[in-house]
Amino acid sequence: MRMKYLSLCAALALVAACSSTPEKKAEVATGGTTTTTAPAPAPKPTGPVPGSKEDFVVNVGDRVFFGYDKFDLTPEATATLDKQAAWLKKYGSVTITIEGHADERGTREYNLALGERRANAVKNYLTALGVDLARVQVISYGKERPAVLGSNEAAWAQNRRGVTVIN
Amino acid sequence: MLTPRFSPTAQEITYLSYFNNKPRVYIFNVDTGRQEVLGDFPGMTFAPRFSPDGNKVIMSLATNGNTDIYLLDLRTRRQTRLTDNPAIDTAPSFSPDGSKITFESDRGGSQQIYTMNADGTNVQRITFGAGKYGTPVWSPRGDLIAFTRINGGRFSIGVIRPDGSGERELSTGYLVEGPTWAPNGRVLMYFKEKPTGEGGRQRQVRLYSIDLTGRNERQMLTPTDASDPAWSPLIP
Repeated sequence: MRMKYLSLCAALALVAACSSTPEKKAEVATGGTTTTTAPAPAPKPTGPVPGSKEDFVVNVGDRVFFGYDKFDLTPEATATLDKQAAWLKKYGSVTITIEGHADERGTREYNLALGERRANAVKNYLTALGVDLARVQVISYGKERPAVLGSNEAAWAQNRRGVTVIN
Repeated sequence: MLTPRFSPTAQEITYLSYFNNKPRVYIFNVDTGRQEVLGDFPGMTFAPRFSPDGNKVIMSLATNGNTDIYLLDLRTRRQTRLTDNPAIDTAPSFSPDGSKITFESDRGGSQQIYTMNADGTNVQRITFGAGKYGTPVWSPRGDLIAFTRINGGRFSIGVIRPDGSGERELSTGYLVEGPTWAPNGRVLMYFKEKPTGEGGRQRQVRLYSIDLTGRNERQMLTPTDASDPAWSPLIP
């Protein structure tokens, strides 16, 4: 009888795709040094092209972090978002998607809701600073896309984040 | 794709899909292979479950930083809002007679389990222990609600009576989550995730079942990691 039940059980799997492939880390360290071929031997401007995704990630900072089960913005977060808003106003044609993420120390559905709260906290701050609402979308991934895999507070703290992605 | 759940006939499955970067609740017909978005909502829908008669799906809508519970009638496609609270209200599950719904909410300051009538009235909190409680699932017998608890850095699976009495812990670990009931209401299945490898940076995620007595915990054989099991109803 029991085996009959078990055979009916849909072990529909989230599998490794969700739990063991951390989000590709933004290539902060390497930047984009591949583009410019200045003719002069003068010290050429290395680094990202102004207004590019790389410029945003390297020179502004694409993410803010939250406390455990929190969605209020810390002073560090608002400092980053101030810079994001200034950059977004400078490059007015860019549209963004704000991702809300949670650490793994919550249940799946609660974390989807929590990620949505975090993404909206970022959105509300940016739009209050004058970023046009029409340029902003939000999406929550809950705990499905950790930036860092680890079993300690240092890892979890990096996963409780709002990430502003340039579309 | 997340959180698959069977309809009472097991002919349909409802789930959350991130298709086109729009997280929405879908319904999938096992016979026809057809799938479609459920409802027309202005934001992310998730946490779906069927009503016991299979005619409705209950789910959460998250929009502008607030999550509430909605009911969608599959025949009329009418959407009814059941909770209206600035808190996170999610993970709804019907009682087997369809008269009540259990759900989780942080309206009291932390994630806890509540019950309400199927029309959204008569909300009662039923968990008061330390830590947080989520993922309530009503037993097919109606006598118990299974849940996930997070307390002191540990996760556990437990059961409690719908009136809030008789709480018992069945299994615990680094991360155990998402109970689902066997049709006889006497066995639960859930998933366990544990850190492996150097620095605990890898994960092993497997399905386990346990008797309601808290004994006889067994790992299900799955070809790879697996989570979020859904036990089908008895098929006539």
